[in-house]
Amino acid sequence: MTDAASTGPLKRTPLRDVHVKAGAKMVPFGGWDMPVQYTGIIDEHRTVRRAVGLFDISHMGEFEVRGPDALAAVQRLCTNDASTLEIGQVQYAALCYPEGGIVDDLTIYKMGADRFMLVVNASNIDKDWAWVTSHSVGRAEWKNVSDETALLAVQGPRAEGLVGRLADRDVTGIAYYHFATGAVAGVPAVISRTGYTGEDGFELYVAAPQAERLWSALIEAGRPDGLQPIGLGARDTLRLEMKYALYGNEIDQTTNPLEAGLGWVVKPAKGEFIGREAIEALRARGVARRLVGFEMAERAVPRHGYRLMAGGAPVGVVTSGSFGPSVERSIGMGYVPSAQAAVGSELAVEIRGATHAARVVKTPFHPSHTKKA
Amino acid sequence: MANVPAELKYTREHEWAKVDGDRARIGITAFAQEQLGDVVFVELPKVGAKVTAMKTFGVVESVKAVSDLFAPVSGEVVEVNDALPKSPELVNTDPYGKGWMLVIRMANPKDVDGLLSAADYQKLTADGAH
Repeated sequence: MTDAASTGPLKRTPLRDVHVKAGAKMVPFGGWDMPVQYTGIIDEHRTVRRAVGLFDISHMGEFEVRGPDALAAVQRLCTNDASTLEIGQVQYAALCYPEGGIVDDLTIYKMGADRFMLVVNASNIDKDWAWVTSHSVGRAEWKNVSDETALLAVQGPRAEGLVGRLADRDVTGIAYYHFATGAVAGVPAVISRTGYTGEDGFELYVAAPQAERLWSALIEAGRPDGLQPIGLGARDTLRLEMKYALYGNEIDQTTNPLEAGLGWVVKPAKGEFIGREAIEALRARGVARRLVGFEMAERAVPRHGYRLMAGGAPVGVVTSGSFGPSVERSIGMGYVPSAQAAVGSELAVEIRGATHAARVVKTPFHPSHTKKA
Repeated sequence: MANVPAELKYTREHEWAKVDGDRARIGITAFAQEQLGDVVFVELPKVGAKVTAMKTFGVVESVKAVSDLFAPVSGEVVEVNDALPKSPELVNTDPYGKGWMLVIRMANPKDVDGLLSAADYQKLTADGAH
């Protein structure tokens, strides 16, 4: 989680001063001044798995597109099939280059008959905005609402109870990857049953000026649930244990959705989209390498950029790695030749010049507890 | 403010040394462990290994970062904390006690004169040095 070549002053979410006041350790991330931890990454990670955690992820980007050709534009840009969405449904997808490399991964919200919201990675907002607006089709009007939108995530087994107590509507009926509009602690919100932790929970989109009011209400009301604010450090270890891809680590312009294990969000049958031909050719040919999850035989920690070895020869590279606080061992992801990608394959990671044994394992590393539809 | 025991000596790289005759017990400071965050792995030399003052003798890994460990003094490793492989979190919870790392038999006890006093180390960390 290093800063991606940002220049100029760091951007701030509407809650930045709240984090500083709460004693968070702040770090640059994707050009933003963000909390990496409050009490400690392992403690925060376990709080999310066992109770409930509150994240400020207002750095994420939100684009709205509306108009008679909004669906056509989304279909042209994204790999997944947004025509299957009903109003109130969310879909995970990728934006690809014509060559099949990945511009970004994102979620698509169907807000109305001719209206969608696209949620993109913070570090890619400017690049994605240029991409979607220059490759849009037909009568589709785009609006970048990233700065005026705050996003709080409430994640963990006690999230449903907590959000339910503060909401002016039932939230138990909101299925996974669905959303509803309502008010939470009196703040109008898009209440989305999504997340990046592998736990049940919600992501709450609100107007930026109301973010602090909602944050404070959740902190206060969540006290009996054991709620804690959670930094980006634990967000990273939580998503790693689920083998969720992170743009800049597992996926980027040089990787394609098939080798990244995202073939399930590529729907060539829907018709033309940017990258379709290249990905179809890849699918026919078979991918040369695959993203795998591996665990270390000992505690030495594999990290982004370390070499993966097999049979004494370098075969790939670690894309993410950490001690996994719930699995209680060192784990990682990386690309290896398809021949070495099967569960049980023996690998090694080169750490400070020495090789350390690793093995490809079944993923997610930790069982998912997201709400099933 | 992080705890800086008065009876210890310190390096600018945030190690401490407790000197007893020709032996020095060493570890990392409370300030260092706070900066690192949760320690998950400590790589240390074996008993009998030689370490050199101000050269690296091992590595400490937290969830987020890898840091080199610098020897405060030169000499031979005579004891290694064998609790750390199983319980690296001791470096966080008790950096000056159960989180110690090595005992070194000093080749040159004068090395100690080159180390910082508690007051000087306190000043260094108060200036926000990492």
